[in-house]
Amino acid sequence: MSLYRDDAVVLRTYKLGEADRVVVLLGRATGKVRAVAKGVRRTRSKFGSRLEPGSQVQVQLHEGRGELDLVTQVETIEARPNLRADMSRVAHAAALLEVVDLVAPDREPVARRYDMLVGALGVVEERDPPLLPAAFYLKLLAAEGVAPEFRECVVCAAVDTEVGFAVEAGGVRCRSCGGGRSISDEALAVCRAVLGGGLSVVLDLPDGDVTREVDSLATAIVEAHLERRLRSVRVLHTT
Amino acid sequence: MAEVAFAAAVQDLIDALGRLPGVGPKSAQRIAFHLLKADAEESSRLAAAILAAKERVGFCEVCFNLSEEARCEICSDDRRDGHVVCVVEEPRDVVAIERTREFRGRYHVLQGAIDHLQGVGPEQLRIRELLARVTAEQVTEVIICTNPNLEGEATALFLTKMLDVPGLVVSRIANGLPVGGDLEYADELTLGRALEGRRVVAGPAPAE
Ligand SMILES: [Zn+2]
Ligand SMILES: [Zn+2]
Repeated sequence: MSLYRDDAVVLRTYKLGEADRVVVLLGRATGKVRAVAKGVRRTRSKFGSRLEPGSQVQVQLHEGRGELDLVTQVETIEARPNLRADMSRVAHAAALLEVVDLVAPDREPVARRYDMLVGALGVVEERDPPLLPAAFYLKLLAAEGVAPEFRECVVCAAVDTEVGFAVEAGGVRCRSCGGGRSISDEALAVCRAVLGGGLSVVLDLPDGDVTREVDSLATAIVEAHLERRLRSVRVLHTT
Repeated sequence: MAEVAFAAAVQDLIDALGRLPGVGPKSAQRIAFHLLKADAEESSRLAAAILAAKERVGFCEVCFNLSEEARCEICSDDRRDGHVVCVVEEPRDVVAIERTREFRGRYHVLQGAIDHLQGVGPEQLRIRELLARVTAEQVTEVIICTNPNLEGEATALFLTKMLDVPGLVVSRIANGLPVGGDLEYADELTLGRALEGRRVVAGPAPAE
């Protein structure tokens, strides 16, 4: 058994025993790992708030025999107190964490995945743009090699007359092929901008019909890819 | 190493114990073997205690704390101030606050907290009932005592929004450092909040 260190984001935690928690971490060098944090639920715990979902920390872990490692030290890289300042930020941060948790296989190190998550959490902390979660889903799918197709019809490859998006096929459909959920020209332009280097413009868009349409479409796309509904999105809609 | 199989009845007992919160597979085995070794009477006493508690104890119809009556002891005690309601996540939080002997109002037990990552939304908690109480019982102050973790804070944010009622004081339990600890070990969020929530001990109040 050995000790190792890594930079990590806490994706989620669950209770274990009387006062412990299992923390699911996305390590930059180690990928997704599960580790036990002893005594973390006690108010006097040395870990304090450092192992709460969304925290970016440097951890020292003791490699376990089974699938669980043991957290031995934690130092904060970024505390990001604003992530718990309002309901929207809490929900948006949770959505990012949930999607990354579902996308990342155990112990598959992908530094880019970690860097994207850290970048997105930073944006939520700083200004929480309405389209941040949607843009993140689309960018993440692209980084995972399953980018949705927003340019040409997935059936006939025609361009410029896209009117629908086929969620299962992961791409747009033209007017003559038809089908899919309808998508407005404005929403289509936003989706293309997200994947085509126009992210900063997209993140400046104020909340409105178009941002809501894109958010709902991107959620449907990522849910279809994951083959499950996002819990955080369901809670967001009831708060 | 070959798997050692237990008799079916033993395995059923271990499985049942292992489903209890805070009991891992090893503890479940230990408890099961203890029960099997001990007198039959010990097992009967335990089984009877579980059944009796399950039969007699339910939730208070007002505050949703555990209670043997339709209305719990605290809700039926008229020496307690019914205008101040302390909102907590679980019945065990009521016990913790009662131990301080600092609080003379009543409680409201939400039976959980909003948890985005587990998919627990406000409709799964006793929030509607709390809002109804605030108007029906002429409550003047609600103290939100949910846990100082992400779920407890999300719940507090939501309650704050919902409790925006004219004339109602809504307060949140203070964040600070654990008494008896060393400052240098405090995490950044806790220490930051403790500074933010500092109180003046001498001189004029600082400008806002
Ligand atoms: Zn076509
Ligand atoms: Zn009661």
